[in-house]
Amino acid sequence: MLTKRIIPCLDIKDGKTVKGINFVDLRDAGDPVELGVQYAKLGADELVFLDITATVERRKTLAELVKRIALNINIPFTVGGGITEVDGVNELLGSGADKITVNSSAVNNPDLIDKIANRFGSQCVVLSVDTKLVNGVQKIFTSGGRIETDWELLPWVTEAVERGVGEILLTSMDHDGTKNGFALGITKQLSELLPVPVVASGGAGNMEHFVDVFTKGKADAALAASIFHFGEIEIPELKKYLDNKNIKVRL
Amino acid sequence: MKIVIIKYNAGNVYSVSSALKRLGYDAVITSDLEEIKSADKIIFPGVGEASSAMEYLRETKLDKMFPELEQPFLGVCLGLQLLCNYSEEGNTECLSIFSENVKRFPPKDKVPHMGWNSLKFSNSKLFTNIPNESFVYFVHSYYAEVSEYTIAETNYILPFSSALQKDNFYALQFHPEKSGTIGEQILKNFIELC
Repeated sequence: MLTKRIIPCLDIKDGKTVKGINFVDLRDAGDPVELGVQYAKLGADELVFLDITATVERRKTLAELVKRIALNINIPFTVGGGITEVDGVNELLGSGADKITVNSSAVNNPDLIDKIANRFGSQCVVLSVDTKLVNGVQKIFTSGGRIETDWELLPWVTEAVERGVGEILLTSMDHDGTKNGFALGITKQLSELLPVPVVASGGAGNMEHFVDVFTKGKADAALAASIFHFGEIEIPELKKYLDNKNIKVRL
Repeated sequence: MKIVIIKYNAGNVYSVSSALKRLGYDAVITSDLEEIKSADKIIFPGVGEASSAMEYLRETKLDKMFPELEQPFLGVCLGLQLLCNYSEEGNTECLSIFSENVKRFPPKDKVPHMGWNSLKFSNSKLFTNIPNESFVYFVHSYYAEVSEYTIAETNYILPFSSALQKDNFYALQFHPEKSGTIGEQILKNFIELC
C-alpha cells in the first residue's frame, strides 16, 4: 500500500538554509546538505529545497548545490525557486534532482508547464501554489507571496494539471507560520478534484495536525519546515504517532 | 570490477552514479558499444518516455546488443519497461527480453504512482539481507504485468511486477538509487552477488 509522505522543506538563500515566517523574516538554520542527510536518516520520505529568494532576485538555483545534495542524499528531492526556462530544468534534473517546482514563472507563462512536462514527463513537474483568502475568494499569489494575481485557486490548479503538472504543493498563506494546523478544506477539495498527488504545506504545529491533514484533508503528503528544523516535532516520533492512528507510513 | 551505466536520452544517470559512489564504486557512464561489452556489471537506468528512448536505442544499435549480453544487467524504472515486450506508452515495440506487456495504470486512483510502497519478493540474490515487505520509492504511470519472471510484486490499483529476472537480466520498477538504505543494499547485492 502506498504510504503517506512526510516532507521537510529546506528554504535556501545563498546556499544556506533559512526559515521563513510568513515568507518575510528569515533565520539561519544551517547547511542544506547536512540537514538533508540528517532528515534522510531520520526517515523523511522526500525533501524539498526551495531557493526562496530566487524569483525576486531572478537568479538561477545553483546546479552545483543540487549535485552535492544528490551525491549525499539517498531519498528523492525536489528543487524549486526561480525556474523560468526548460534549459534550467534540464540542468537541475541532470544534476540529480527528481522533481522541480514552478510557481511564479508558471503563473506568468503557463506554457512553461507544457514545455517542461512534454520534455521531461509530468512526474517531475510540481506546481507550487501560494494561496490566501481575499474577501472570501481563494486567490493565487506569486513572488514569494508578495503579488496578488487575478487567478483563483481551483481554475488555476485545474488548468495547470491539464497542462501537465504531476503534483501540487499547496501552501495556505493564511495558515503558514501560525502553527494552528493545515488548511484542511482546500487540501481536501484539491485532493478529491485532481488526478495528481497533493502535498499540504503551511500551519503544522503538532502531530495531531498531521493526522488531520491525512484523514480530513485527504493529503498525499505533508510538508513542514520550522517544526522539524528546530526539533519541535521529531520525524521518527511523528511517524510512530501516525502509525498508531492507522495512517500508513514508511517506518 | 568495471561497472557501466548506460548513457542515453532518458537517464537519471547522475543519481545512479552517486548512489554507487556512496557504496564505494566508480562507474563508467557511456553509450559506447565496446565499453559496454567489456563491463562486468551493466546498469540501464531511465526516466523518460518509452518511444523516444527506444528510438534512441535503435539509432545507437544498443537494441541489437542488449539481448546478446551475458553479464549481469540491471534495468531500472523505464529501463525495466524497455526490457519488456511492448509498451502502451507511445505504442512502442520494446526489447522483448521479458515477455510482459507494459500498460498504463487505470485511472482508479492518482497516476503517477508516486511515493513509497512495499515489495513482496520471492527468493533472489537481489534481495539478500532485506526484510520482505520493505518500502522502496516509485514514480511511474505505466506498469509491467505479473508473470513467470516476476521476482517482486507491489500493489497499487492492481498487483504489478516491481522486479523481474530472467537469466542475467534483472529489472526494478522502483528507484533503488532513491530508496534509502534498502535501495543501496539492493544495488550492493546486484554488484556483489549477481
